[in-house]
Amino acid sequence: MRTIRFILQKEFLQIFRNRGMLPIIFVMPFIQLIILSYAATFDVSRVPFNLQDRDRSATSHRLVEKFTSSGYFNLTGYSFSDRESQSELVARRADLVLVIPSNFERDLATTGHAPVQLMINAEDGFSAGVIQTYANEIIGNFNRDELKLLIPGGEVDAAGEIGMLSSNWYNPELKYTHYMVPGIIVILVTLIGLFLSGMNVVREREIGTIDQINVTPIKRYQFITGKLLPFWIIGLGELSAGLVIARFLFHVPMLGCYWLVYLVAGIYLLVVLGMGLLISTVTETQQQAMFIAWFFMVIFTLLSGLFTSIESMPHWAQTMTLLNPVRHFVDIMRRVMLKGSGVAEIAQPLSILTAYAAVMLTLAVNRYSKVSE
Amino acid sequence: MQSFIGFLQKEFYHIFRDRRTAMILFGMPLIQLLLFGFAIRNEIQDVKLGIYDQSRDTVTKEIIDKFASSGYFVLSRELHTQHEIEEAFSSGNITEALVFEPGFAERLQRDGKANVQVITDGSNPNVSRIVSGYTAAVLQDYRNSSLQRTGTEVGVVPVPLMMFNPELKSVDLFVPGLMALILMLVSALMTSISITREKENGTMEVLLVSSLRPAQIIIGKVVPYFLLSFINVVTIITVASLVFGVPCRGSILLLLIESLLYIVTALSLGIFISSVTSSQQVAMMIALGGLLLPTILLSGFIFPIASMPLPLRVISNLIPARWYLIIVRSIMLKGAGFSYIWKETLVLVVMSTVLMAASIKKFKIRLQ
Repeated sequence: MRTIRFILQKEFLQIFRNRGMLPIIFVMPFIQLIILSYAATFDVSRVPFNLQDRDRSATSHRLVEKFTSSGYFNLTGYSFSDRESQSELVARRADLVLVIPSNFERDLATTGHAPVQLMINAEDGFSAGVIQTYANEIIGNFNRDELKLLIPGGEVDAAGEIGMLSSNWYNPELKYTHYMVPGIIVILVTLIGLFLSGMNVVREREIGTIDQINVTPIKRYQFITGKLLPFWIIGLGELSAGLVIARFLFHVPMLGCYWLVYLVAGIYLLVVLGMGLLISTVTETQQQAMFIAWFFMVIFTLLSGLFTSIESMPHWAQTMTLLNPVRHFVDIMRRVMLKGSGVAEIAQPLSILTAYAAVMLTLAVNRYSKVSE
Repeated sequence: MQSFIGFLQKEFYHIFRDRRTAMILFGMPLIQLLLFGFAIRNEIQDVKLGIYDQSRDTVTKEIIDKFASSGYFVLSRELHTQHEIEEAFSSGNITEALVFEPGFAERLQRDGKANVQVITDGSNPNVSRIVSGYTAAVLQDYRNSSLQRTGTEVGVVPVPLMMFNPELKSVDLFVPGLMALILMLVSALMTSISITREKENGTMEVLLVSSLRPAQIIIGKVVPYFLLSFINVVTIITVASLVFGVPCRGSILLLLIESLLYIVTALSLGIFISSVTSSQQVAMMIALGGLLLPTILLSGFIFPIASMPLPLRVISNLIPARWYLIIVRSIMLKGAGFSYIWKETLVLVVMSTVLMAASIKKFKIRLQ
């Protein structure tokens, strides 16, 4: 027990005396949390649009007015040929070009219908769909008003309209911050935990101080405990600070229990730190350790379901994400915080994490050897 | 000059004699691009749909058939009470519920309007939005086909034309983003430790007493990595077009040159980090922890910059990946020539120059 206490003391001193690292561990994560949580939004608003009006009639004017007054679109310029319109799209001055053909007014008056073309920048297919929906809605409104003008008291819309009343349960306003904050906290805790533990042993080896420890009577489990515990405590501290920011700055609801979050975090950190130590014991230089930690970190982050949903991945990738600890913790955090899930609901990811922790720690302890090569 | 060549030679030896690191540098970006290129998508297949049909008439049946045959949805459950909907959501049986109001067809006939309630799981806003989008599209589709059937097409008819990506494939959107992300991270990481490593190992003293000037040392550190990153650029562009079929509508040569410029920016950022930090640990933490999330979130890779709040739009200007992403998407998807992207190119040139100059300035020729 005393041995562990000494090595703990050494580790803590090492962390707190490293002036360069302190702001990175204790300040950088929270700045990122505060700033970046606002970045995630798919709201499409103020779409820049360009007008190619070949009709220049009173009716086409009214249609354009509907677009500009809708609040969705922002008229940025005019073009006079298809080539010019396309060039506006390429130059990113517009995401939509509304092309009103000549004889628009006449066709509408004589045949009762007339086409307009919507040239949409579809690089981002999802936004393109939203832009199309907005435009359809505006044109629908226009039609209703026009028909009233053309045929007073006439049939409003022969085909009938199907109203779509959307409601989003658990997060009615679709607030992205509620959804992102728990996830970003997980990423930041993982980042710090994985890199600190990943660089730890290999650093001692590179500098040569590992030999000083190897000649002491310290046992393997004592050494590993002494190396893990400080980071485990720091990890939980970071999580707590993150939760405080989530609660008071972002007003993310906490429908579940805090003790459950901490229970899961405790186990989760063992996975991350075990993985870091394992990386640290199998590599020769800090550089190699960092590259490997980086490789996994990027994969874990992008395949965690934090930015793009797991549901949209192909099936093999969905299965593969079961091996991603970040995915499980992000999932649990969201469920506990936003839906108030209890132990029963999160039993599956929790048991995966527990098994993971056991495997990682066993591997890390076994790979570490006190005999230097 | 000769000492500079000698120095370059030393740097190359450093890289190539550490086989494991060299493997990592070339293998990992490739593996990551392949993995993410396949896995990161925006489309959702087989949305599990629960239906609570209070009307059960011909129109609702037709609409439900439209949903079933749309290819996006699978009818997963029939629901009979409001309570059942809640239960189905919390057990994860359904992703979306449709509730048709009673007397749907009748209302549609009589009032010209009938309502269907669409319930999604808002705790995942990504899925929620995409699924609502699909639903709107299917309803629109139903309406169009019934309009055509009755031959009562009236008013203004919008004809959408999806430019640059007519099939709305998210792969065309994400692969350029992945190129920007991976090249940024791997390049900045490589150079970020190059100077600190010498400081930590004590070999810095040897360099300082040599006749090399700070600028020569900094440039000598960047050049080998630049040549190596060139290989990364070529493999990544090849994979993007051959494996993922992302079209390259503009000039490949221009794309290559712009990518190399971007690499220089990333390497300069790395060397700048290296010259202001004192240990490898700190340098790597900044290069990794400080770049990973900002590059993903503020580059426009997944979340469009235009919809961010103003302060973030301002901050995003500092992210090199943002500018490169515009360049890559313009060249590959829109076939833009240099005249459309000269501003973005200029930003990258300025960034590289400033970072390089700052690193040379910050480089201390005395040991502390």
